[in-house]
Amino acid sequence: MANTPFLEMYVFLLAGFLGYQIITRVPALLHTPLMSATNAISGISLVGSLVAAGAGRGAVSTTLGVLAVTAATINVVGGFMITDRMLKMFKRQNKK
Amino acid sequence: MDARDIFIQISYLVASVLFILGLKGMTAPDKARGGMGLAALGMLVAVIGTLLNAQIIGFTWIIVGLVAGSAIGAAISIWMPMTAVPQRTAISHAFGALAATLVGIEHYHYHLAQLQEGLSHVEMAALGFEVMFGSLTITGSFMAFGKLQGFIPSAPMTYKFQNQSNIGLFCVAVLLFITLVVVPSTAAIHPVLFYLMVVVGIVVGVLIVLPIGGADMPVVISLLNSYAGLASSATGFALQNNVLIIAGALDGASGFILSILMSRAMNRSFGNVLFGAFGGAAAGGPAAAQSSEGRTVRSITVDDAAIQLAYARHVIVIPGYGMAVAHAQHEVRELAEQIEERGGEVKFAIHPVAGRMPGHMNVLLAEADVPYDKLCEMDDINGEFPRADVALVIGANDVVNPAARTDPSSPIHGMPILNADQAQSIIVLKRSMNPGFAGIENALFYNPKCALLFGDAKSSLAKLVAAVKAA
Repeated sequence: MANTPFLEMYVFLLAGFLGYQIITRVPALLHTPLMSATNAISGISLVGSLVAAGAGRGAVSTTLGVLAVTAATINVVGGFMITDRMLKMFKRQNKK
Repeated sequence: MDARDIFIQISYLVASVLFILGLKGMTAPDKARGGMGLAALGMLVAVIGTLLNAQIIGFTWIIVGLVAGSAIGAAISIWMPMTAVPQRTAISHAFGALAATLVGIEHYHYHLAQLQEGLSHVEMAALGFEVMFGSLTITGSFMAFGKLQGFIPSAPMTYKFQNQSNIGLFCVAVLLFITLVVVPSTAAIHPVLFYLMVVVGIVVGVLIVLPIGGADMPVVISLLNSYAGLASSATGFALQNNVLIIAGALDGASGFILSILMSRAMNRSFGNVLFGAFGGAAAGGPAAAQSSEGRTVRSITVDDAAIQLAYARHVIVIPGYGMAVAHAQHEVRELAEQIEERGGEVKFAIHPVAGRMPGHMNVLLAEADVPYDKLCEMDDINGEFPRADVALVIGANDVVNPAARTDPSSPIHGMPILNADQAQSIIVLKRSMNPGFAGIENALFYNPKCALLFGDAKSSLAKLVAAVKAA
C-alpha cells in the first residue's frame, strides 16, 4: 500500500496533462458548454457519496451522504442536460 | 480482489475513458453532442459499478438523493434562460464543492468514530485538501452566483487592509491544514482543528469574491471551476478512487486553462487572479477624469444608420453584454439576415470576455439561430476590420476601446481589443453616454468615423430591421 499515493499522483498528473492537451484545442466558441460539461463530469463525486449514503454507518453519515448524493446529482443531471441544450443550438449555416 | 471488485474497477476504467473521449468531442462543434453522450454514458457506468459495492446495504436513501437531485437538476436546466447560464454554472460549482466537502466530512467523521487506529498522514493530507478547497469553493461560488443574479451588489466591495486580512486568513487555513496532517488524528484536539478549518474555508470563500466586480466574472467562474475540480480530485485521493482523481483533474485543468485565457484577454497577470486580488484596480480612478471636454460625439438617426447598413458589402457586428441584457439577440439575427438578403456579408466578432463567462456570447447568438460559422474569434477577425464598411457595436464598450492600444495611462492599456476603429465607419448602439463596466470613457465614440444611435438596443434594432427592409 505504501506505493498507492505515488500511483495516485501519477494518475492525477497524467490526467491533468491529458486534459490540458485536449482542452487547449477546444475553440472559444464552445467554452461555455465545455465548462458545464466538465462541471457535470466533476459530479463524479456522486460515486464517493453513494457509499456514504447507503452503507448504514449511522445517522450522521447517512445524512451527509444523502445531501452529497443530491448535490452531486444536481450537477450530473443538470450539467449534462444544459450542455446538450446548448450544443443543440449550434448550427452551421448550410444546414439551415 | 473478488469478481465483484474487478467488475467495479473495470466500470471505473471504462468511465474514465468515456469522459476523456467526451471532452475530446468538444474540440469540434459537430462532434460535441455525441461526445457528451459518451460522457453521460460514462457517468452511468460509474454509478452502476459503485452501486455494486459490497459496503452498500440499503438503497432507500440513495434513491431519495438521486431522485431529488435529478428533479432539481433537470428543472434548473429546462427552465433556465440562456442569459442565466453563468449563474447556473456558478451555483453548480457550489453544489459540486458541497458534495466533495460533505464526502470529506463524512469520511473523517466515520473513520474517527469507528476505527480506532485513526487516519494516516497521507490520508489526512488528501482529506484536508479536499475539505479546505471544497469549503472555500462552496461559498466563493455562492457569492459569484449572488453577484451574477443580482441579489448581492456586483460592484467590488473593498475595505482597508482587505488583501492583508485575506492573505492572513488564508495562512491560518494553511496552518490548520499542516497541523492536522502532523498531529495524529487520534488526538483529542484534532476534530476541533478540523471543523475550525472548514469554518475558515467557508469564510475565505466569501472574502475572496467580495472585492471582485461583475466585469471580472469570467475569470472568477473559470477559477472556481478549477477549484471544484481539485476538490473532487482530492476526494479521489482520500477514497483511493482513480475515476474521481481523473474526472477531478480534467475539471481542474479545464478551469485552469480557461482562467489563464480569460485573464490574458483582460491583460491581467495570472498571479493577480490566483490570489483573487484583482477587483480593486477596475475602479477606473484618475484615468476616467480625462473626459469628453472639447470632443463631441455624433449621433445618427435610425434611417441614416439603416441606409448605411443596407448598402454595406461587409458588416462586422460586435455584440456585448448590453445586447444580452436587452434580450436583443433575435433582432440582431434578423438584421443580419436583412443585410445578407441585400447581398452584404455579415460576420460577428466575439471578444473572449464578452458576456459573463467564457464563450457566453456564442451561446446567446446560437440561441438566436445565428450559424456558428459566422461567429469569429478576436484574432481571426481583427485583420478584417479595415475592409469592413460598417462595424456595428451593440452594447459592447471596453472591448472596442482604442485606449487599450494607444493610451498608456488607461486602466485597460494593453488589453487585446477588437479593432472596430479601423472599419470604414462605426455605428454604436448605446443607451446613454454612461461608461461601461470598467468605468472608462471610450475614445472610439469621439472618432470622426463613429456615429451613435441612442436608445434601448432591442427597440433600436427592431427599428433598424424595418428601415433596412424599406430601404
